[in-house]
Amino acid sequence: MPNTVRTIRSSLPTAAWWTVCVCLAVAFVYPLYVMLAMALKGPAEQGLIPPSLVPHAPGLENFRHLASVQGLNVFGNLGNSVLVTVAATLGTVVVATLAGYALARARFPGSNLVFFVILATFMIPFQAIITPLFMVLKTLQLNNSLLGLTIVYITFNLPFGLFIMRNAFATVPMTLEEAAQVDGCGVFSALRNVLLPIVLPGVITTALLTFFASWNEFFAALILITDQDKFTLPVTLTLVSSGQFGSINWGSLQAGVALTIIPCIVIYVLLQRYYVSGMLSGALK
Amino acid sequence: MTSTTTPLAGTAPARPGPAARHRPRMRASRRRQLVGLAMAAPAIVLIAVFFLTPLLLTFWISLHNWPLMGRRRFIGLENYTRALADTNFHTALGFTLLYTAVITPILFLLGLGLALLVRRRVRAAQVFQSIFFMPVCIGLAAGSFLWLYLGQSQIGPLFDLLRRVGLVGADDNIFASRWPALLMVVAMVTWKVVGLQMLLLLAGLQSIPDDVLEAARIDGAGRWQSFLHITAPLLRPTLALVLVFSVAGSLLAFDQFYIMTGGGPSNQTITAVYQVYRTSFTSFKLGYGAALSVFLMLILAAVSAVQMLLLRNSDHN
Repeated sequence: MPNTVRTIRSSLPTAAWWTVCVCLAVAFVYPLYVMLAMALKGPAEQGLIPPSLVPHAPGLENFRHLASVQGLNVFGNLGNSVLVTVAATLGTVVVATLAGYALARARFPGSNLVFFVILATFMIPFQAIITPLFMVLKTLQLNNSLLGLTIVYITFNLPFGLFIMRNAFATVPMTLEEAAQVDGCGVFSALRNVLLPIVLPGVITTALLTFFASWNEFFAALILITDQDKFTLPVTLTLVSSGQFGSINWGSLQAGVALTIIPCIVIYVLLQRYYVSGMLSGALK
Repeated sequence: MTSTTTPLAGTAPARPGPAARHRPRMRASRRRQLVGLAMAAPAIVLIAVFFLTPLLLTFWISLHNWPLMGRRRFIGLENYTRALADTNFHTALGFTLLYTAVITPILFLLGLGLALLVRRRVRAAQVFQSIFFMPVCIGLAAGSFLWLYLGQSQIGPLFDLLRRVGLVGADDNIFASRWPALLMVVAMVTWKVVGLQMLLLLAGLQSIPDDVLEAARIDGAGRWQSFLHITAPLLRPTLALVLVFSVAGSLLAFDQFYIMTGGGPSNQTITAVYQVYRTSFTSFKLGYGAALSVFLMLILAAVSAVQMLLLRNSDHN
């Protein structure tokens, strides 16, 4: 008898822990469920008061409607987002890897100053320099262009990527590279064949952080792009939500939100390990 | 750049004889420097053109009356003196501070709570940790549009929940009054970013050696006592980091208010960045907008300085 009492008493905290955790998990997932449910609801069901929890007749009508919201092609804008994000991710990875290697391994006079200045840009919010950035882009005829936006995203993500890549290269033993050079490798082939596989986690982390930052970026895209057909997805949503004749199609808006969020969730689930460690290493330094 | 490295690359394979070993090595190290410079060049150019130039331009523009079109005029510090007396800017700054003051303790306490919850060394704890962290990867804009629907009058599911428990009336509009709108934004941002705070605090908690807590337990310290006297002080660098993350993020808030409240009702939820945006891109007063930006930078620099101070003090203990 005292044994069962003890069992109950010791399992009580565990039961409470499970209850709290499950409740919280439901609360965290609930908005995403609501988004999906609304995106799949038909026009008649969208305006129900109170809203239905489960769609009665789920369909893709809201997604189809996105192709023709008031002269706006949301799928074209989805393509813009993919283009800018992929280009910015590749660009950041290449530029950060090259510079990270240089600053860790092939130092030159002034390389410490370069690293210091690039780190110092961490302290300055890009929101504060957006107006002159707009003017610089205009001078270079890169305003209102996806190429210009891509370059801006590469620049914004560079300090972080460079920091990660420099640290990644700094941990590789020097002897490994020397051995490769004795075997006749040049700097670039040693970098590609010997070092790159070792710093791959850093590369993945840089790529992931740039991907999420560019895919989700709103403020710069809102200001630097003015043509509707060049909008990226998050900015497009402002037009979907501004509504036709003053009434908003909430189903289509949630379909657009789902298009924006689902790729992030998929990539998060697949590459969680790298993302989490990257966030930590970036924050804790 | 390539023209300087190619001829040197051509000389590299020549094997140095024992007598001539000294000179090629000098050349090799010089060559390595040049290669390094060439490899760092794209990063240097990007940062110089698209970050440092706009940064310097911000200060230059802020000294001018600089409309989008038409003639600009040097006016010295007039934009700054004007900003100091601008009630719209004061209101925006005040609201930004209010938002920061509301959300920072919420994020911190919830983040700490979640970190303590998922600290258990069981597999389920890791699964819950992944779930709580998931919204971090979602964009602030997408999250705002999602929660705009959640809290929408009558048709929003969260509105419906709040109505059922009696927190809002059936005809209320959450986004039409200041505090409810602010709290809705706070709820959205908490959902989106608290996972990061949890993660940082968890890393801080795990860096505290178990034997220190074990020793305290043997000495008769209760759970609460050891948390207060051992965990909390050792956690101080992490606390400083988490606080700065949330303060800096909140001071720069824009997306969530632009999307969820549009700055309304009657401009009561305009943040500092939002005010800069309106000044530069709605009123096209670029010079004045730049001066406001400089104030923003100064405030954030002060936050960074406080962080350094907090971190340094924790080293002494």
